[in-house]
Amino acid sequence: MWSNVQILTGAPVFNVQLLLNGISVGAIFALIAYGLALVWGVTSVKNLSQGDMVMMGGYCGWELSKHGVHPIAAILPVAAFMFVFGWIIYRLVIRRVIQLDLFTSLLATFGLAITIQQSLNHIFGPEVRTLRSGLATISLFHGKVDITEIRLVAVALCILVAAAMIVFLRYSRMGQAIRATAQDPRAARVLGVDTDRVYSLTFSINAALCGAAGVLIAMVWVIQPFYGIAYSVRAFVIVTAAGLGNFSAVIVTALFLGVIEQYSGFVAGAQFQQATIVGLLLAILIVRRLALLRHRKALQ
Amino acid sequence: MSGRSLGFHLALLAAGVAAPFVLPAHAVQFAVFWIMVLFALTWDTMGGQMGYNSLGNILFFGLGMYICALTQVGIVYNIAEYTAANGAIHIDFTNRQYFEGLALGVVFAAFGAMVVAAALSWALFGLRGPYFAIGTLGAAIAAAELTSAWDWVGGGQGIAMPVFPGGPGMRERFFYFACMAAAVACYLFLRWLYRTRFSLAINAIRDDEDKAEALGLHTGRYKMVAWSISAFFLGIAGALFGNMTGFVEPLETAYPTLTFGIYMVAMTLLGGKGTLWGPVIGATLFYTLRELTWTYLLGWQYIALGVLIMVNVIYFQQGIMGWVRSRRPAWFGVKVDEGRPPAAGARAAGAAGE
Repeated sequence: MWSNVQILTGAPVFNVQLLLNGISVGAIFALIAYGLALVWGVTSVKNLSQGDMVMMGGYCGWELSKHGVHPIAAILPVAAFMFVFGWIIYRLVIRRVIQLDLFTSLLATFGLAITIQQSLNHIFGPEVRTLRSGLATISLFHGKVDITEIRLVAVALCILVAAAMIVFLRYSRMGQAIRATAQDPRAARVLGVDTDRVYSLTFSINAALCGAAGVLIAMVWVIQPFYGIAYSVRAFVIVTAAGLGNFSAVIVTALFLGVIEQYSGFVAGAQFQQATIVGLLLAILIVRRLALLRHRKALQ
Repeated sequence: MSGRSLGFHLALLAAGVAAPFVLPAHAVQFAVFWIMVLFALTWDTMGGQMGYNSLGNILFFGLGMYICALTQVGIVYNIAEYTAANGAIHIDFTNRQYFEGLALGVVFAAFGAMVVAAALSWALFGLRGPYFAIGTLGAAIAAAELTSAWDWVGGGQGIAMPVFPGGPGMRERFFYFACMAAAVACYLFLRWLYRTRFSLAINAIRDDEDKAEALGLHTGRYKMVAWSISAFFLGIAGALFGNMTGFVEPLETAYPTLTFGIYMVAMTLLGGKGTLWGPVIGATLFYTLRELTWTYLLGWQYIALGVLIMVNVIYFQQGIMGWVRSRRPAWFGVKVDEGRPPAAGARAAGAAGE
């Protein structure tokens, strides 16, 4: 463990490698966390099946590429398919739990998560899969730092999607309706916003984002039916740390988390990656709690 | 306890004692049944009575299992050598060593889990509602990963448990009665607890935590104690379950977040949360269904579990006890005013029960 730290201080080039890797995975985390924050903010449903929808998107891409579609070209049809899937799930499950208490919605989406991951396991089997994009690897610093082109494509696509989302939410009529519903659903309803449509659209958009992220993950990394929960936990850590309703903070936190994960994986070993994330969550919570304690003392 | 209630409890107890002798082939299944009852009861203390829905209570089960295993091995062998040999060391315990180790292990497991719960509660009870659920879920997943990365306790390979001295039938019966004793003790303790001021306090936290605090309840302390009670019994259950399986391993046996960890919640919700008997009924129904149908579902069982959870929380939220209560409020000591139409009375009683 200590020797790994010495490598980092002795050869600063490795830091560049870790930073690049971290930012490229962080960009994909940002996409997932963005969708989660959107649904969370608008419908107040905390979607625990987020990571499993990502995996589902990955498997859809895998299925398409078996039929000769290039993975990058598969992103759009997968996103469209997941949009429809999200709409169906909204009709069947989410719509009925929005009005109920928060734990109900959490548990319902947890049931959904189990259903999705087990169905994937049943259909595609438990093997780890990856998608070949066929893109080259770029070497920097005389071959000391490698970055695959697909990671660059992933970052570019994430930026594109995030920008499109921001423009959509800010300037389109529907985007305005979504933001209005997030602020106050009752007032929005009174002013003529069809909140049911807003909810269904928000959840469908989230599913489409998850689908796109899933195909990217299948190209950059690997997919497996049971890896979904790890992405759900990451997305929750990001949104909890960034706070709700602050989308640029979500993106920055996601990039930060990606980098931290790479560093902890390099220094302590890959088996501690998840534990690092949860440790980070606990640390954030404890810091918040201490801040709250100080606040209370100040009030007294 | 009134005469009728006492008779009912004694009849159940007699059935429980007779079960492993009537159907000796299923003794292990019956033992797991008592563990399930204990799971549902301890989950309900938090989720039903206090309104803090934990998705990571399985943490204490695994913790108890590991503490007990390490105690049992540690009083005779060097743990590092034992786990490094990965079961190659032939374990030869005398009867006395075995039972002393087991007794000590169960005690350590119970109090160890309790201490960890108290420590964790400081960090996690800053969270409320769904945040708490996710925080505890994360803690359970992290515990599984840390354990499988820690070579001293056997890592992902796990620990082979000492072999029970005595004949093959003895072992099953011994652990059956141990599990039954743990579950019955848990039931009796909670039955007593739910009649004290303590239950009023945790119900107040469930109904409105801010108001409870404003009225002068030390909510933090109550939450810590309630979680520690859950952890205490879960630690015992883990210690017994580890010995019953004979092999302790982090992901499938000790911290099965997606099976046992979810069963706890599903069983309690099925039976009706916030009641004493709801979790017991839910556990009985769920476990019976599971044992009868599981092997015939051919890989669809976990999909069915997910669907069951969704249907349960969306369409049948009050659970079996809640449903019975809204249909027959008189059984629960709720008086229905005869002057009003029965439907409205039933609804009012149901609302009062929630």
